[in-house]
Amino acid sequence: MSTALVMFLSFIAVTLGVTYWAARQSSGANSFFAAGRRLTAWQNGVAVAGDYMSAASFLGIAGIIALQGYDGFMYSVGWLVAYLTVLLIVAEPLRNSGKYTMADVLAYRLSPRPVRAMAALSTLTVSTFYMIAQMVGAGALVALLLKDSGITYQTAVIGVGVLMVTYVVFGGMLATTWVQIIKAILLMSGTVLLSILVLAHFDFSFGRFFYAIAHVTYTENEVQMTKDFLQPGLRFKPPYGALDLISLSLALIFGTAGLPHILVRFYTVPDAKTARISVVWAMALIGSFYIMTTFLGFGAATIVGRDTITANGGTNMSAPLLAQTLGGDVFFAFVAAIAFATILAVVAGLTISASTSFAHDFYTNVLHHGKERSPGEEVRVARLTAFVVGAVAIAIAILLGPTANVAFLVALAFAVAASANLPVIILSLFWKRFNTVGAVAGLATGLAASILLILIGPSFMKATALFPLENPGIVSIPLGFLGAVVGTLVTREPAAEKKFAELVVRANTGLGAEKAVEH
Amino acid sequence: MEEFKALVAAKLKFIVPATFFFLMYYFALPVLVGYAPRLMETKVLGVVNLAYVFALSQFFMAWILAAMYLRAAGRFDEMAKDIVDKIK
Repeated sequence: MSTALVMFLSFIAVTLGVTYWAARQSSGANSFFAAGRRLTAWQNGVAVAGDYMSAASFLGIAGIIALQGYDGFMYSVGWLVAYLTVLLIVAEPLRNSGKYTMADVLAYRLSPRPVRAMAALSTLTVSTFYMIAQMVGAGALVALLLKDSGITYQTAVIGVGVLMVTYVVFGGMLATTWVQIIKAILLMSGTVLLSILVLAHFDFSFGRFFYAIAHVTYTENEVQMTKDFLQPGLRFKPPYGALDLISLSLALIFGTAGLPHILVRFYTVPDAKTARISVVWAMALIGSFYIMTTFLGFGAATIVGRDTITANGGTNMSAPLLAQTLGGDVFFAFVAAIAFATILAVVAGLTISASTSFAHDFYTNVLHHGKERSPGEEVRVARLTAFVVGAVAIAIAILLGPTANVAFLVALAFAVAASANLPVIILSLFWKRFNTVGAVAGLATGLAASILLILIGPSFMKATALFPLENPGIVSIPLGFLGAVVGTLVTREPAAEKKFAELVVRANTGLGAEKAVEH
Repeated sequence: MEEFKALVAAKLKFIVPATFFFLMYYFALPVLVGYAPRLMETKVLGVVNLAYVFALSQFFMAWILAAMYLRAAGRFDEMAKDIVDKIK
């Protein structure tokens, strides 16, 4: 049995133990959906970091920087700065005005059924796309890393799917949280270790390290090239590169604050102040991690080299190959296990947020007008939804296969979050005139615009693309706002305007907010 | 009531300029990288160019702004508490 497999199984064993422990804690909706709202600031902050940093961050960015230099670092910067939007605008009002989901905030003063239906659709769309990307990534990665153990892509996908459903169904938000915390600690440790080893390779001289980055050599079409990897432009090239980069930046900055699986984490703390501090904790970890992608990515570029990476599994293998070069097979196994843990923690978060949205927003509130027909029904529906979500994600990931280009799915998720979710959240909290028609129109327009533009863009249509940018943000985000504004202006909803004052008071003071559960 | 209006005003007085600032500072990066590549390629610290240094500075900008907000929010918490006590 390979070292990597042993480490994978150890991690799985620990997380199942955590799930068993979580399952034995108090049950009930508050516990299942929000972990009793008793998490401390550091716990939630570390969990947010664990929920957020996916394989795209660890493997993906390292890969882009390793093969295309500076441009990859743009993702790193955007993914951290995006948390300022969360901190300054969204986190505290959300915690004060909602219960379990993002739609709670919208439904506060708007007509609940249409708004929740659209919001649930948006949440499920974002979560599903994001999840499928992770599952395909997990399958491909595990199959690659464990090919000596005979684990196939299909087995890996099924394994990930079964585990994520287990965490959610049996352990709810509490288990999910602790899986994310454990993963975050593992990820940070591994990254720090790898960074130190990279610097050690250059005798702890930043001068030597950066000199090497400025003189990266590789072969292209049999010709030896030397390029300065600190220079921008290897990925975002003319004619549309500059615009695409701005579009991507918009999607990152506005998308994070609209990601349902991140927003749902802010309901797990006792009050808005704790939510705020948890965001700062998350930023400390996330920022440190993304700065260290300098070492992961440029380290792989200079120490492993583009040629070796391309010949040994491609961009996603940059970080593991770096670990192997610097620390042998044991370190390779450790980094592989971290990548696996990373994916598991994120898909668990996606599963619970999608299930919560379906059960709370759609089933209880839209279908049954806010009434729970028997005690515990909402939680039961959520558990069932988790099974269905897991099954569907497994099926689609297996259908797509390991070579599917899934990076566009994550980009799509961010674009939808930025174009559909964030505009209506902001307008609901800050614009008195905003009404139900506006919310539905905004969600629908944002959703449709981002999906359409990605479908006719280069990720999907390659060279025959009708829309030149890989990321639709620069068009779809303004369209989302526009849809929301136009929808609002063509109707008047006095009830929504009247309730605005109440929402503002509650959002700003916490008066009437959902409290933590007593033990 | 008056105290509540004061709370909202105080919050906006911090959040609006802070948001405007971070958006400007952040978007300067993709804009300059995309449309002023010669400038961004200039080496400023040994072999390290302005592009990398500016990108790195974004992390510190975010952290500093977050710390400033934490401090300001302490004040908002007190104001909010007074209001809630008054209502109760």
